[in-house]
Amino acid sequence: MTYLPHTDADIEAMLKVIGIRRIEDMFADVPEKFRFPALDLPEAISQMEAAWRLEEMSHANLPGGKTAIFLGAGAYNHWSPPVVNHTILRGEFLTAYTPYQPEVSQGTLQAIYEYQSMICALTGMQVSNASHYDGATSLAEAAIMALNVHGLRRKKIVLCAGIHPEYRAVVRTYMQGMGVTITGDEDDSADWDRLIAAVDGDTAMVAAQYPNFFGQVQAIPRLVEAAHEYGALMCVVADPIALGLLKPPGWMGADVVVGEGQSLGIPLSFGGPYLGFFATREEHVRKMAGRLVGETLDTRGETGYVLTLATREQHIRRARATSNICTNQGLMALAACVYMSVMGKHGLRRVAELCYHKAHYAADAIDRVDGYQVDRSKPFFKEFVVQCPKPVAEINDYLLSEYGIIGGYDLERAYPSRVNQMLIAVTEQNTRAEIDDLAQALSEVAK
Amino acid sequence: MGDWKAPTDCKYTKTDEWVRVENGEGVVGITDFAQSQLSDLVYVELPHVGDTVKAGDEIGVVESVKAAAPLKSPVSGEVVAVNEALEGSESTINQDPFGSGWIVRIRLSNPAEMDDLMDAAAYQQYCDERA
Repeated sequence: MTYLPHTDADIEAMLKVIGIRRIEDMFADVPEKFRFPALDLPEAISQMEAAWRLEEMSHANLPGGKTAIFLGAGAYNHWSPPVVNHTILRGEFLTAYTPYQPEVSQGTLQAIYEYQSMICALTGMQVSNASHYDGATSLAEAAIMALNVHGLRRKKIVLCAGIHPEYRAVVRTYMQGMGVTITGDEDDSADWDRLIAAVDGDTAMVAAQYPNFFGQVQAIPRLVEAAHEYGALMCVVADPIALGLLKPPGWMGADVVVGEGQSLGIPLSFGGPYLGFFATREEHVRKMAGRLVGETLDTRGETGYVLTLATREQHIRRARATSNICTNQGLMALAACVYMSVMGKHGLRRVAELCYHKAHYAADAIDRVDGYQVDRSKPFFKEFVVQCPKPVAEINDYLLSEYGIIGGYDLERAYPSRVNQMLIAVTEQNTRAEIDDLAQALSEVAK
Repeated sequence: MGDWKAPTDCKYTKTDEWVRVENGEGVVGITDFAQSQLSDLVYVELPHVGDTVKAGDEIGVVESVKAAAPLKSPVSGEVVAVNEALEGSESTINQDPFGSGWIVRIRLSNPAEMDDLMDAAAYQQYCDERA
């Protein structure tokens, strides 16, 4: 397609219609000193020089593949089989955009459909959308859906403090100006009793994480019962790898299951792009956000895939759409789809078992080190909390400088009462030698 | 002139709802013109019994294979019944928009509002203008 720039006459005509004289007048609301700042840029360099310089700068990074990583807290260092990258780099997938035209998008649509089907199987739900940006935005969309399911008559969302602190912050951002009360996470514990006490007839949704941010597996049914007693929706934020081993939340009465899909074959990549998965019960399908692919028959009776129930979405429903974000993470959903297909039910379970056993080996090793104590108050999956003898930042500096180990997450950052508590994540990629090194290093730094 | 039905015992809105008063209650639905424009209906979102609504409020949604349109209340009052039989058989609205395809019953709190609505002749003309 030819690129046709606006002519001076076009611009003139458009300015006249909107009633301003110059293009600059459109920026009148921006304070003048910020309007056209002088940019302090270095002299231009050649492409070759730029490539060299960037290459040199990249050596300051510590690549995940060469480092022992015990940092999780929402982003995990799992193995991604090479077939995942191979598939998503194919041109017909890499460049594809919104598959509005089914006649030219069958490959993309079928991949999304398979992704949705596998997310439903994994979560135990009936409907999955084509994905959101990340786990945090999936949870925020669940909250919006819950408010809409109750016709905006309920104004309260109850969040467990055991949900990722950044997810809770994103929910609060999304809910700004809606007159919604978000409660349940005022103290630093993930205690059910506290949470249940906050549920009432004004509650649209109760949400908890499974396993919670501290890695612990809590029994969901009691919470589901409390939410349903008041007619609230129960939302579970789940780790998809854990679901290879644990009972799906859908089997325990959850109404919405959301979460971060990065663990499904997507590399850490400095924090993105990631993948938000979202699954719910069929009865809520018209209230949920996001794109949805369905299977149908074409005029010759052959199976085909199409975007469906698009009347919920912005390009049709305009201001009354279920969300003002109707895109999806197409390429990352494809990565997750390929990952789940190559791992299969048994492979995923094996990954989950490796995580579980290695995490428990690590917990035992660390528990034996003087000065450290692992929180064993509840069963845990691949992450656990360690009470340390020193500030976590100080310990992590030592691990990195002396052993090249990336240590755990400093819980005090988000939970002020959790002083000197480190959240350690162990995946299938952590070797026994790495874990033994970690225990050794922790012992040295405690002295 | 179009051949859309518009019974004379109903009053009509500019957004293509009809209302027929029976014993102080307004029976509300969408018109024959509306259903023909929307084509095959697949879903109706109903208000809740007990809701208090004002004339012009969006009280539900009618969705077809082509589009989703808001259902606006022609009158003010309290929702006393909704047509639950529509669930799963939304095509009833396509087949019988003024009869078994009714959507909601509202107890009128301000019957004078009926005077603001179009009569059948005015509505027929309004449909012809847009056809």
